[in-house]
Amino acid sequence: MEFAELIKTPRADNVVLHRPFHLAVEGTLCLTGHHLIFSSRRQDNAEELWLLHSNIDSIEKRFVGSLGTIVIKCKDLRIIQLDIPGMEECLNIASSIEVLSTLDSVTLMYPFFYRPMFEVLEDGWSSFLLEQEFELLSSVTNEWRLSCVNKEFSVCPSYPPVVIVPKSIDDEALRKVALFRHGGRFPVLSYYHKKNGMAMLRSSQPLTGTNGRRCKEDEKLVNSTLRSGRRGFVIDTRPLAVAQQARAKGGGFEQEVHYPQWRRIHKCIERFNILQESFIKLVEACNDQSHNMDRWLSKLEASNWLTHIKELLTAACLAAQCIDREGASVLVHGSEGTDSTLQVTSLAQIILDPRCRTIRGFEGLVVREWLQAGHPFQQRCAQSAYSNSKQKWEAPVFLLFLECVWQIHRQFPCSFEFNEQFLIMLFEHAYASQFGTFLGNNENERAKLKLPQKTMSLWSWVNRPEELSRFQNPLYEANSLVIWPSVAPQSLQLWEGVFLRWNRPSRFLEEAEEERINIIKYNKELQAKVNALRRQLAEMETDEEVLEE
Amino acid sequence: MEHIRMPKVENVRLLDRFSSRRAVVGTLYLTATHVIFVENGSETRKETWVLHSQISSIEKQATTATGCPLLIRCKNFQVIQLVIPQERDCHDVYISLIRLARPVKYEELYCFSFNPKLDKEEREQGWKLVDLNEEYNRMGVPNNYWQISDVNRDYGVCDSYPTEVYVPKSATAHIIVGSSKFRSRRRFPALSYYCKGNNASICRSSQPLSGFSARCLEDEQMLQAIRKANPGSDFIYVVDTRPKLNAMANRAAGKGYENEDNYSNIKFQFIGIENIHVMRNSLQKMLEVCELKSPSMSDFLWGLENSGWLRHIKAIMDAGIFIAKAVAEEGVSVLVHCSDGWDRTAQVCSVASLLLDPYYRTMKGFMVLIEKDWVSFGHKFNHRYGNLDGDPKEISPVIDQFIECVWQLMEQFPCAFEFNERFLIHIQHHIYSCQFGNFLCNSQKERRELKIKERTYSLWAHLWKNRADYLNPLYRPDHSQTQGTLHPQIAPCNFLYKFWSGMYNRFEKGLHPRQSVTDYLMAVKEETQQLEEELEVLQERLANLQKSQSGNNKVKSKQQDQSKQFGLYTSNNSLANTPQEYSNDLKSFPSRSPSQGDEDSALILTQDNLKSSDPDLSANSDQESGVEDLSCRSPSGGGCLPSEDSGKDSDEAVFVAG
Repeated sequence: MEFAELIKTPRADNVVLHRPFHLAVEGTLCLTGHHLIFSSRRQDNAEELWLLHSNIDSIEKRFVGSLGTIVIKCKDLRIIQLDIPGMEECLNIASSIEVLSTLDSVTLMYPFFYRPMFEVLEDGWSSFLLEQEFELLSSVTNEWRLSCVNKEFSVCPSYPPVVIVPKSIDDEALRKVALFRHGGRFPVLSYYHKKNGMAMLRSSQPLTGTNGRRCKEDEKLVNSTLRSGRRGFVIDTRPLAVAQQARAKGGGFEQEVHYPQWRRIHKCIERFNILQESFIKLVEACNDQSHNMDRWLSKLEASNWLTHIKELLTAACLAAQCIDREGASVLVHGSEGTDSTLQVTSLAQIILDPRCRTIRGFEGLVVREWLQAGHPFQQRCAQSAYSNSKQKWEAPVFLLFLECVWQIHRQFPCSFEFNEQFLIMLFEHAYASQFGTFLGNNENERAKLKLPQKTMSLWSWVNRPEELSRFQNPLYEANSLVIWPSVAPQSLQLWEGVFLRWNRPSRFLEEAEEERINIIKYNKELQAKVNALRRQLAEMETDEEVLEE
Repeated sequence: MEHIRMPKVENVRLLDRFSSRRAVVGTLYLTATHVIFVENGSETRKETWVLHSQISSIEKQATTATGCPLLIRCKNFQVIQLVIPQERDCHDVYISLIRLARPVKYEELYCFSFNPKLDKEEREQGWKLVDLNEEYNRMGVPNNYWQISDVNRDYGVCDSYPTEVYVPKSATAHIIVGSSKFRSRRRFPALSYYCKGNNASICRSSQPLSGFSARCLEDEQMLQAIRKANPGSDFIYVVDTRPKLNAMANRAAGKGYENEDNYSNIKFQFIGIENIHVMRNSLQKMLEVCELKSPSMSDFLWGLENSGWLRHIKAIMDAGIFIAKAVAEEGVSVLVHCSDGWDRTAQVCSVASLLLDPYYRTMKGFMVLIEKDWVSFGHKFNHRYGNLDGDPKEISPVIDQFIECVWQLMEQFPCAFEFNERFLIHIQHHIYSCQFGNFLCNSQKERRELKIKERTYSLWAHLWKNRADYLNPLYRPDHSQTQGTLHPQIAPCNFLYKFWSGMYNRFEKGLHPRQSVTDYLMAVKEETQQLEEELEVLQERLANLQKSQSGNNKVKSKQQDQSKQFGLYTSNNSLANTPQEYSNDLKSFPSRSPSQGDEDSALILTQDNLKSSDPDLSANSDQESGVEDLSCRSPSGGGCLPSEDSGKDSDEAVFVAG
């Protein structure tokens, strides 16, 4: 397909761009296959706005006489308005944007066309291999092994080719267990707590059905992670009633009789359309232009967004608590094991593992627990909060995870190597990106699309020193402790950096951040100067002593 | 002491507000000034100190098998739950506290016994720190348009006004006295803030006694004089901070508001801020939300909304913003009043001044601002904050709301204020503590009669002495945010007003961020300063050495320098360690206990008054850790992780319940 066919009016002059907190600017609008480009011609404040078509969530057009207006709502929640003179031009542009922003073929997406302007120092596609992770693990324990049972994606289509499993369980057993778990997602190692040797496993629901099917290999697998005489916890992210209903559809949960060493705890983490609706309501509330203080809090409440945040954080704390305080192994699952399960296991690691609070470690966590673990990014992030289509698969699952990380970050502002911008950047790229990292729904699809060969990895770009410096938290001091966040309502706040990003004045907050950076930068410079002088003096004094002798 | 029926009770349990499982046992002491709980057993002997004047209510609950519960709520938002084994003891403590918490005469208040061991001269110096004459001079008055008037020198015209007031030059004593007779409680229009740049001013008064049709020539002349004092403008705004309905109702009682037809060249404007009774109830409702045991997100947000608290804060801010805009942008003078002109008027004038003048955003300037708009103009501290036993309907969190407005502004303009959140919290604490004389009584007249300055100490001197604790590390006098008028966003701005957990859940440490960015940056800045000093020393040494290498005379004392280096290295190390440990060191806020204070061993019943001069000292010193209800808060602070086995006896039901 030629993009040119879709662009009847590639360029319009005298277009006026409106954005909140900016003066209206006049300039030229250009459409390319993947971008909407607005550039103002004025000399004094020349500026360019580049918007990926894939970032456009919805578009509205209206006319007053021959002046057309297009309102573009983006997946990163920004809203811009373009006034385009000429009805035909405006109609053409609007229809091109509509088509180009909803292309359904992945291979037409920008990452397949993007050519980086930077030198690749490290290929991000191979920065986070499970083999390396396993090597680290092997240095502290030999109870686990790498299994290639899923090498052809035949055992579990949504798992990566290699997974870490208990050493005592062979591939044959894994195949049997896979048949007993929804989507073949047999229990695998998610996290190993070095401090006490406890493990966090994740899987999907067991297929017990109404007649209480069991699978000896499954029981053996999970039991092999327990210390003798100790119990483990199954954290089911669904309420008991939901888990029970799942039996009618062939799903189910681990029953006490067959898993006597395990104690099951049900949590209530919402999924799919409930989250999507919550997201839409919250963004509506944040964009409400009325001046009425009263309605804001009730709208915030009605969106239930912070309730989801609280539930999720609570479940993650619970998992972390079982591991660190109870000294118990934990198995986490919901139904499919691709959404709430991953939220819980990855957040628990943020709490428990200082490594996950570094930039590199966090990237590794996203790769392991989200990308390789088969969170269906393409389905979940196809649309954001402005989409009108009621498709079933969209849900801000990853955004909720990022916001929970932000909530913990806010409570421990010195314990993370990355800053808020890093989290916001990941949110943006999950929804629209020039990089291939978040394309596809699992490793199987990514392999078929040959993403590592045909597209650039987000990590190749982020991990360049120039980029990294933007994402570093100046207050960071490595903290080797477990960090327990508060989940009380008073402790949780709206993530303004995402939800109010485009409709609050940010200058004063940015200045404050700059000030923080400067205070620390100046301190470090002084330290370096003082150290250098000390050395110089020491040398001179020794010389002098030698001379004197 | 005659009110203390029971000076000491043993085996009292102090309950954790969130989890009854984590009660501690100790001894309860009643002294003439404090309630003190000392924990048994533990080596640190954790102490909880509460000033009697902080107690807002005491509730004796039904006796249970374990004893008789006593609930003490404090004006600084601390809530203490005790269980006393014997009903009889509990009753005695209850009766004693009821009396102790409600003194009937000023002499019973803590400031008359508080002795920070300063000599007379230091005390006098302390009272001179804030000088309003100096402040009016700073503003630029007296000048061609404004003069100081001695019409009220013996409080003869208005007993709730200061003796020295600034009025327009053209307002004669006859006009002032005439105008005062036409104003509630004779609070005539007087200068609150003068804007040197454009001659616009903010004046304040009480409502006119206009009823349905009354007029007063002198009052009309007075307003005219205010307008004339600003030659650049041909009208003034008259801002009535009450809801229109309330103001109209006042007309029936012979009071009311200015009729635009009677006053030449005024523009009249209502800005609806609710009265003290609405505000008192609103705070009450919000505190009920803060006290919920394990609220869901919905409980919390609904409760917050229903309390209306943030709506009221916004109303006060809106009024301040309106006035600041009139003065700074339009160059128009404003006369502000409400009913008596000592509550809403004080709030609004001080918010507007704060927005207009960067000086009030410095530590010293903020003290001056409170002294000017609140203390000197007769804000009724005693009645509003219930220092002496009085009419509960007079109590209202008026200055608390102003302090919160400042905090809300600090959140929006993080670099604009020289002081930090702690400064605000400590001022709020001391408005209720009665430990310093500043906020005693209802007017300057009463304070003079009581000889406050001779008999008590000034809070401002105390805060000034400890100013290092109250600095905002992001503040720089040359930063753009510290210049000129602040312009808060007006719309849409609903979401800009946030719940202040640092104040209203101040004592629930578990709810707050575990690492303080402010403290961290302050430590960095302190180290930076040391480095700057060392750099200078090193450079000097280098220069000397270079000289000596040619001249061959060695001046250095190596020993000395090494000790200096050592000092610096240790501070480096403490920074390089985990921020947790680091923030523990510095985390005296908000939970330092007396036993962790400077004077470690000074003891409990000796009434070592220094101890409680820091409001944090009265906090519960509990450095808790361990596993908690996940349903309401976190398992523990990262800063004080318990040892491995402390988690083992935790109750599984704790998190399963959730």
